[in-house]
Amino acid sequence: MLEIVIFSTLNGILYGLLLFMLSSGLTLIFSMMGVLNFAHASFYMLGAYFAYTLGMHTGFWPALILAPLLVGALGALVERFGLRRVHANGHVAELLFTFGLAYVIDELVQMMWGTVAVAYREPAYMREPLFTLFGTDYSIFRGVVILISILMFVALWYLLKKTRVGLMIRAALTHGEMVGHLGHNVPRLFMGVFGFGCALAGLAGVIGGPIMSTEPGMAATLGPIVFVVVVVGGMGSLQGAFYASLLIGLIQTFFVAVNASVADVVNAMGANLDPYGELGRISLATLAPMTPFILLVLILIFRPRGLMGELEP
Amino acid sequence: MMLEVNDLHAYYGKSHILNGVNFAMQEGEVVALLGRNGVGRSTTVKSIMGEVPPQGSIRFRGEEIAGMPNHRIARRGLGYVPEDRDIFPTLTVRQNLELGIKNTRKPGKWKVEQFLDMFPNLARRADAPAGVLSGGEKQMLTISRTLMGDPELIMIDEPTEGLAPLIVKQIGELISEIAKAGVSILLVEQKLSIAMDISHRVLVMGHGQIVFEGTPEELREDEATRKEWLEV
Repeated sequence: MLEIVIFSTLNGILYGLLLFMLSSGLTLIFSMMGVLNFAHASFYMLGAYFAYTLGMHTGFWPALILAPLLVGALGALVERFGLRRVHANGHVAELLFTFGLAYVIDELVQMMWGTVAVAYREPAYMREPLFTLFGTDYSIFRGVVILISILMFVALWYLLKKTRVGLMIRAALTHGEMVGHLGHNVPRLFMGVFGFGCALAGLAGVIGGPIMSTEPGMAATLGPIVFVVVVVGGMGSLQGAFYASLLIGLIQTFFVAVNASVADVVNAMGANLDPYGELGRISLATLAPMTPFILLVLILIFRPRGLMGELEP
Repeated sequence: MMLEVNDLHAYYGKSHILNGVNFAMQEGEVVALLGRNGVGRSTTVKSIMGEVPPQGSIRFRGEEIAGMPNHRIARRGLGYVPEDRDIFPTLTVRQNLELGIKNTRKPGKWKVEQFLDMFPNLARRADAPAGVLSGGEKQMLTISRTLMGDPELIMIDEPTEGLAPLIVKQIGELISEIAKAGVSILLVEQKLSIAMDISHRVLVMGHGQIVFEGTPEELREDEATRKEWLEV
């Protein structure tokens, strides 16, 4: 039991940190530019594929740096030559643009890397156990992923709180026009933030690819969950996205890990459900992929502004 | 010539707000833009800054700036303090002032400490989020912030609106201070007394055009203009 709790917590945190790496960029872009970027998870997928291909030539560590930079540059180009032009036609046009972009990226990925998963794996030495608890190994790679995520968030915090660019970003979140009146190039700032958000998504792909499998469906699997995180956390709130990421990461992981059925849970609360009936025999593990969306529905009913949000979604 | 506006038109959707505005400003001049609500005073400064798309000619130091992105207009030396003040509420007072600086490598003539000395209320809250400031304090902050960018001409939209008399007096003093420093000022005001005290020249707007141009004395003597375009 304790073993399950400890490992599920670790895995839940790891999954949550990956979710936050995606949702932080998404929520920053949303609150600054008003654009809900449907292609955000596609940049995450590109990160994984780029790291796979680059890694064959350069090895894992250089790819860890290069792939997110490449994804970020691609994101900046998309903003500069795509979104910025579409922007003049309003938010619906922007939304449709990112929606189409997601499909384009999906198709391109399938054309270049095929429709089945590629063998993108962490280096062999990182598959060794970092520690062993109750006979179960925790790999070095998972430890590295958690470490990279935490370093990333310290860097993000430092950027936003301690640098001049961070001040401009925070000012532009609420008063973009005024930042421009003071002589700062807001369109360039937008391009930078969009590129940076995409680079974060790319980094999540680089370190998440080996854990979650690198295949053309990976964007479609994670994309909706990232949106759930942003809405549950409160649209535009970084802090909210952080709590929601960890919450969803932990809930989903625990549902997978617990060996129980719906009947076990309901009957423990005093009900009398047939453990072999159609509803009762469903295991909690099969329900796991549904949990983020159940949470989404509950949040929208009971707290529409999200955990920390100020805006109504 | 510092600023020349020629045949300026602007629209909000289908309504024609500016209907051929013409005026010019000299270096170091303080000009008040007067008129009743809704005649297009705010729209005039907004369209100079590009916040409302301008049609016509706007020249700043001889260069056409109509339709330029606002940050490039600001970089040429035109400062703008909008009517709704637009302080950055999550940033501290000090950070607000620092963001007014356009180029950190080339410090300008105005300093953060100077404004904190001038306004003890801002100094007391220098490291608090600017969102907690009172209306008057926000106004001091937003004018100071724009000055940090060393403008040669500053356009201030309704700085005294909704403020207590004591604060209005302080803002009047700040504006005189700015004028003394040689900065040109285009002041959009409703309170006649302030505008008349500070400015070298007044413009009165009506129906999207300039309907009177002259010195404060000339306006004081021109009862017809005051009755028709200013008094309620």
